Amino acid sequence: MTRPAVLPILAVLLAASGLAFAWALSAGDLPIGFGEVLGALLRGDEGMAADVVRELRLPRAVAVFVCGGLLALAGALMQVLLRNPLADPYVLGVSGGAAVGALAAMLFGLSPWFVDAAAFGGALLATLLVFGLAHGDGSWTQTRLLLTGVIVAAGCGAAVTLMLSLATDTRLKSMLFWLMGDASGASRPWPALAVLVAGLVMVLPFARDLNVLARGELSALALGVRVQRLRYLLYVLASLLTAAAVTLVGSVGFVGLIVPHLVRFVIGNDQRLLLPTATLAGGTLLTLADTAARTVMAPVQLPVGVLTALIGVPVFLFLLSRHPRS
Amino acid sequence: MSTGGSSILLAADGLALKVGERWLCCEFSLRLAAGECLVLLGPNGAGKTTLLHTLAGLRAPTVGAVRLGARPYADWDSLAAARFRGLLAQQQPDHFSASVLQTALIGRHPHLGRWGWESADDVAIAQAALAELGLADLAARDILSLSGGERQRVSIAALLTQAPQLLLLDEPTNHLDLHYQIAVLELFARLKREGRGVVMVLHDINLATRFADQVILLDGRGGVVAGSRDEVLQAARLSHAFDHPIRRVDIDGRVIFLPD
Repeated sequence: MTRPAVLPILAVLLAASGLAFAWALSAGDLPIGFGEVLGALLRGDEGMAADVVRELRLPRAVAVFVCGGLLALAGALMQVLLRNPLADPYVLGVSGGAAVGALAAMLFGLSPWFVDAAAFGGALLATLLVFGLAHGDGSWTQTRLLLTGVIVAAGCGAAVTLMLSLATDTRLKSMLFWLMGDASGASRPWPALAVLVAGLVMVLPFARDLNVLARGELSALALGVRVQRLRYLLYVLASLLTAAAVTLVGSVGFVGLIVPHLVRFVIGNDQRLLLPTATLAGGTLLTLADTAARTVMAPVQLPVGVLTALIGVPVFLFLLSRHPRS
Repeated sequence: MSTGGSSILLAADGLALKVGERWLCCEFSLRLAAGECLVLLGPNGAGKTTLLHTLAGLRAPTVGAVRLGARPYADWDSLAAARFRGLLAQQQPDHFSASVLQTALIGRHPHLGRWGWESADDVAIAQAALAELGLADLAARDILSLSGGERQRVSIAALLTQAPQLLLLDEPTNHLDLHYQIAVLELFARLKREGRGVVMVLHDINLATRFADQVILLDGRGGVVAGSRDEVLQAARLSHAFDHPIRRVDIDGRVIFLPD
């Protein structure tokens, strides 16, 4: 991959994400024309339509875009860290820990702010737990990391089921929506956006190192990559990105697994291009999915995670069947 | 052991390696000059790969010191070391699709700056390396679709693309057919004559006889014999190390070792 090929691809994706935003801001119970949307955003127009765009739709669109970008980036990093194309951001138990924290807060009827804080705290706790257990004796193979993550995630799953069975009917629905990923309550997307930008800025200087690491640890060491430092960076960063995404919207499935794959099918596995492309593609995809989730069956709003699974699975199987290995 | 006047690429003094509770080799020393080939021989599990990785600076010796060029590994920047010495690993774990050309281009990593992208010159270097190994027509193929022998040649091409002074090779003839076994060893012999250094793990005593200047023979019980080819490759020593009777035969002026 040479440098000049990068700009057209990024330009196409930027245009696509612009279109996704335009749809997200104009579609809904109250259809708003693109002119009015632009007026609300750029000229500071007054009126109900402008308020709906600025107060309701923009924070939600930014939230789902950021969440999609975070999950796709975290998934791409996790796949390199574990050298396993089937890894997703949740494989090391981050979402399980977040779910335990968030559902516990909901079970006790705490306010949304505490639910967010508990989700983030739970995610970090699960990350530390997996790291501590997998790292215990100094060795750090990806198999050990993966197995520890799977076991911690299974434990979190049991705790989640327990809390669901203890919950009252009124709280059960919001807990289920949180688990499936639901953007209707996401009103504070800006800290997560900062995390996403910071994550990209931190990892892009190491993108070619990741290319080398993806070919195996021994070769990477012999080619001068500081493997241990890079693995710590990947682990911490992927966990933080995932924790931020899950706190923002909930455990949206499939984006972190499928988007890096889709992008890889199209542009290859050069991380210098894959990481920014997957981030933009993940954000665009989740923005489209969330807009569809709140409009296709209006006034019923579907959890966006259901839609990403319904779209993602067949698209992925189709691409896989069209892409023989030779 | 070095040839007069040429520079020392790799040196080890009082080297001893222990894995777990087992000593792989007792203290020995080596000097490899530019234009020399050292072959590591020994039975399965004797520690040839561990020794090679130690010589590559990827693990610390239990006792003794390894110097790359004139300096110990600790004084080398990891990227500068990667421009000076390269390692052909025994296995290539491929998890992701990539083209043969991209895989060879990985060897340019230590030559590029943090934000650098491969230039047309880098691509030309990789293509020349692929052509050298008969892979020019496969440049666009996915590595996951290659046969074992083709994949091995891609790894060798990536090492040539890295262009190190010192080549450390772990069983370079793995998966290769007879033609390519000789072809890649002739290629390394040519690089050696052009002034590079070669250290390789081999299993075939007769290939070692043909290509080595120096030999290190591990016996798997901690014993090491290091020296020139003719000093080390003697039927009695080989029989002892491999724990199997081995006979020396002279055919048409060539020395052949045959297992009984």
